[in-house]
Amino acid sequence: MSTATRSGSKARGADKGGSGGQQALPSREKLLDLYREMLMIRRFEEKAGQLYGMGLIGGFCHLYIGQEAVAVGIQHALTEADSVITGYRDHGHMLVCGMEPRRVMAELTGRATGYSKGKGGSMHMFARDKKFYGGHGIVGAQVPLGSGIAFAHKYRGDGGLCVAYMGDGAVNQGQVYESFNMASLWQLPVLYVIENNRYGMGTSVQRAAAGPALCERGHAYGIPGHQVDGMDVVAVLEKAKEITGEIRAGKGPVILEAMTYRYRGHSMSDPAKYRTKEEVQEMREKHDPIEQLKRRMIEGKAATEEQLKELDKEVRGIVNDAARFSQDSPEPDAAELWTDVLVEA
Amino acid sequence: MPTEILMPALSPTMTEGNLARWVKKEGEKVAAGDVIAEIETDKATMEVEAVDEGTLGRILVPEGSEGVQVNTPIALLLGEDEDAAALDGAAAEAPARRPEPAEAPKAEAKQPEGGKEAAGGAFPATTPAPPEPEVPEGTEMVRMTVREALRDAMAEEMRRDDTVFLMGEEVAQYQGAYKVSQGLLDEFGERRVIDTPITEHGFAGLGVGAGMAGLRPIVEFMTWNFAMQAMDQIINSAAKTLYMAGGELGCSIVFRGPNGAASRVAAQHSQDYASWYMHCPGLKVVAPYSAADAKGLLKAAIRDPNPVIFLENEMLYGQSFEVPRLDDFVVPIGKAKIVREGRHVTITGYSLMVARALEAAAVLAEQGIEAEVIDLRTLRPLDTETIVESVRKTNRLVSVEEGWPVAGVGSELAAVMMEQAFDWLDAPVARVAGKDVPLPYAANLEKMALPQVEDIVEAAKTVCYRK
Repeated sequence: MSTATRSGSKARGADKGGSGGQQALPSREKLLDLYREMLMIRRFEEKAGQLYGMGLIGGFCHLYIGQEAVAVGIQHALTEADSVITGYRDHGHMLVCGMEPRRVMAELTGRATGYSKGKGGSMHMFARDKKFYGGHGIVGAQVPLGSGIAFAHKYRGDGGLCVAYMGDGAVNQGQVYESFNMASLWQLPVLYVIENNRYGMGTSVQRAAAGPALCERGHAYGIPGHQVDGMDVVAVLEKAKEITGEIRAGKGPVILEAMTYRYRGHSMSDPAKYRTKEEVQEMREKHDPIEQLKRRMIEGKAATEEQLKELDKEVRGIVNDAARFSQDSPEPDAAELWTDVLVEA
Repeated sequence: MPTEILMPALSPTMTEGNLARWVKKEGEKVAAGDVIAEIETDKATMEVEAVDEGTLGRILVPEGSEGVQVNTPIALLLGEDEDAAALDGAAAEAPARRPEPAEAPKAEAKQPEGGKEAAGGAFPATTPAPPEPEVPEGTEMVRMTVREALRDAMAEEMRRDDTVFLMGEEVAQYQGAYKVSQGLLDEFGERRVIDTPITEHGFAGLGVGAGMAGLRPIVEFMTWNFAMQAMDQIINSAAKTLYMAGGELGCSIVFRGPNGAASRVAAQHSQDYASWYMHCPGLKVVAPYSAADAKGLLKAAIRDPNPVIFLENEMLYGQSFEVPRLDDFVVPIGKAKIVREGRHVTITGYSLMVARALEAAAVLAEQGIEAEVIDLRTLRPLDTETIVESVRKTNRLVSVEEGWPVAGVGSELAAVMMEQAFDWLDAPVARVAGKDVPLPYAANLEKMALPQVEDIVEAAKTVCYRK
């Protein structure tokens, strides 16, 4: 298993820990978990899109469909000591952190039973017991915050690390580099995951980011960068295991660029004129993370069609229940307008 | 004629200093660039280099002299063709205010009771005033500077809680750009006293993240002017998260540093941010005047589970006040303090402007107007009760602030008076504020732009309908 050098990046798919069926598959149970979690995100997001269309979800709603393999693969390399923070395309990360689909959906519909009592919405949910620190709406702001969470892990010596996710759009924010510098100076236990879905809203990476691969953006700070096929959940998991091992060994921050794709628009109101229908179609047909894993599991006799159908049914049941819950729950009480501005000392 | 070597100004706010040591002795040759003496300012000990070459003819101010005014001749330098006889014609008096023997202990320059004259005017003690509820009668008082009070507050809180740490530019090895964190690195080590790169947006965000993860960071901005780089993290991440999280996740953090005009540092380094932060729900905003309040409020801020904006003032760092000697002196956030009682007009101020208000009150007293001076201390949450109660007695309010008038602290106070004390007002609320321009550099223009004692006196007389 090769690792990128301090200066190096890997071309997509060229990484030995990367795509393809060459490496030994994880156990059958692990594969089923990965599959189920990706499916959960997919079905959850489809339902959220549906509820948005019905006017039940308001404001901004950024769907994670297409990118499921990234959050799921990374999460399986983490332990209970580790923390996660991300930007605004965050529903998938919440679900894999173990947050309840019901309460995530209820936050989307702005109800009292939502994770933030309906006061945060799609981009602002948090779960301290899951060490999930949001859900942040300002592009790039979660990167210093995540570095601070990593600082706290190191300060306490609790052995944990922080995964700070960002999109390809965030990597052009100055505060990201301020964070890289401090994280490297102080050898903070942080994994920066760049989810490169090729577009920052409507602007392609080629039109926004100068220089070579985004995973090399830490080069100036001595932060090793890796690239992985973000449509291949097993590849992401294997790469994340290797990298988190290095971080846990005290080697400081690492950047992992996951090459991925979102099928839906940037948000629900995105006409998607910046890319062709054929491009989206090609990614769906040839690189879909869920279909890829399904194929491999069936070919490798890790699961049968019937088993996976059954799983799909179960997941749909959970999502439908969450949708019902999110509609049946009451709106927040008027008194909630004035609560949670400050913690009463 | 021998050349006079003058006491140099080594910082924008320095008006006097201590002559710590003569490196060159009388009769020694001096080349341009040679270190001739060490001078202790309120911030650091600095070396003084010779500008001209020659022979150090006579030392006018001996080692150990304290309170040597800037521009005082401290030595005479003989030129190439001059001999010692030339010294006799030159000024030979030693003009230090309090020359002391060389072996005298080098403490902070002592100030006379009731404050002293400095670049910005007087710094009256906040007495007479009703005793603080948190100070038991008979408590011993210790005289200390605001700088020392702030340092002690941090040290005490760091001793009692391991999750408290200090980070910022030059806070550790340099001992603080304004010497506020002096000695903390020695006591607490580099795990808890952390020098950052010059990266305000980054370290403010990193601090907020550490706060979210349960630590209690103290983030020092070298001045609040630089915190504009960090504004997004302060407002969007620190102030709003608790609400957006429905109470699930907040952040206990103190952002602190000097705010407002220092002295002759021009517009980019001279802004008062009080009204900016006061505007934002989710923050507490504190701006103390006296050393006791600086200490007690900083301790309260560090313990507070919310983000606290702590606005200090560079002109006050070196000023001394009485501070109660108590094991754990904490001043509650959200309480204004009546620092001078009066019945004719209420004057409010915060931070350095409390000094101006007190001076104005003394002037007004000579003219038969008894002003009640309120040190707001906390700007958010504002102690409207204390202000309204005072205005119900005096029926007049003059608000003093260093910041700009538009949408300022005074604007807010005027609105509060309309809402809560309208029937008690005998005159419109008067605002004394910084002029509505970026702060100019020239000494005369800078003075015109900042609220002066006479402006406050004028405003108070106007609302009292006195000529």
